[in-house]
Amino acid sequence: MLLALLVLAVVAVALAAPVAIRMARVRIDAARAARNAAEERPLDYDPGRERRAEQRARQLLRSCVNDEEWGMYRDLGFIRVEGSHPQGRGRRKGAASQGDTPPYAYLLYPHKPIVAYVPADGRLLSEYCVEFPDLTGGRSRLPASDDVLAKWMALTSDESRVIGQANMHLVGRQLDPARVRRDLWRLSEWERRRVGSTEARGG
Amino acid sequence: MKPGHGEILLSEGDPDVSEDEERLIEEFRRQLDEGMWAAVPTSTPGSGRREALMVRDYADVPRGAERVIFFPRAAGG
Repeated sequence: MLLALLVLAVVAVALAAPVAIRMARVRIDAARAARNAAEERPLDYDPGRERRAEQRARQLLRSCVNDEEWGMYRDLGFIRVEGSHPQGRGRRKGAASQGDTPPYAYLLYPHKPIVAYVPADGRLLSEYCVEFPDLTGGRSRLPASDDVLAKWMALTSDESRVIGQANMHLVGRQLDPARVRRDLWRLSEWERRRVGSTEARGG
Repeated sequence: MKPGHGEILLSEGDPDVSEDEERLIEEFRRQLDEGMWAAVPTSTPGSGRREALMVRDYADVPRGAERVIFFPRAAGG
């Protein structure tokens, strides 16, 4: 009986050992990563700096874009910019634009690819991966709202240049197409409410 | 716009004052030499439409522009 219990205990230890070792390694790696991150952080690290930078970035963005674009960013988290090429990008042959609807437009997300789509039917065209790297060689990023503003300035001033610099992929490489479609639906609802409230104010 | 910091005031002055303009031109060139892009936010009166104007030379900055925004040049992500 005692021998059987002893054998069972040995087997249990043998089975549990790999799991215990794996868990210990994970904890050691996490502790090492945290220690490295703390060592890389400069002594004058200010945890509020990024938050203040983002607040300034939001004010700068608001001062540059129009009221509609600012409201869009504030409420939805992205900005739509109409494409400037009259024939459109990836436009179906023979497709006609509907009224004032532009042949194509972009969605600008912070720190995510620019998405090109067809407003008339919601068709997603492509995603353009573009970033504004730290030219000093550091690994810092622009605050989120500055990233959107940089995309907005680049697209509204020289669309071909920024699109030419970007890496183009089919939608789905970095962004979930279902999420983008949901954002387009949110945008249409947002615009419908906005038009409704404007008309109500107008009388 | 500087990564990790956000908006930083680089220089300010009145372009009609020669000393100020020299300082503005010097800073403008320094930023472009460092690889930054420069843009001036503009608006179309009446339409409410706003856009940016990319400038590659100080002389391209529209008279009366309130500010020039420098940001890192775009690269494929």
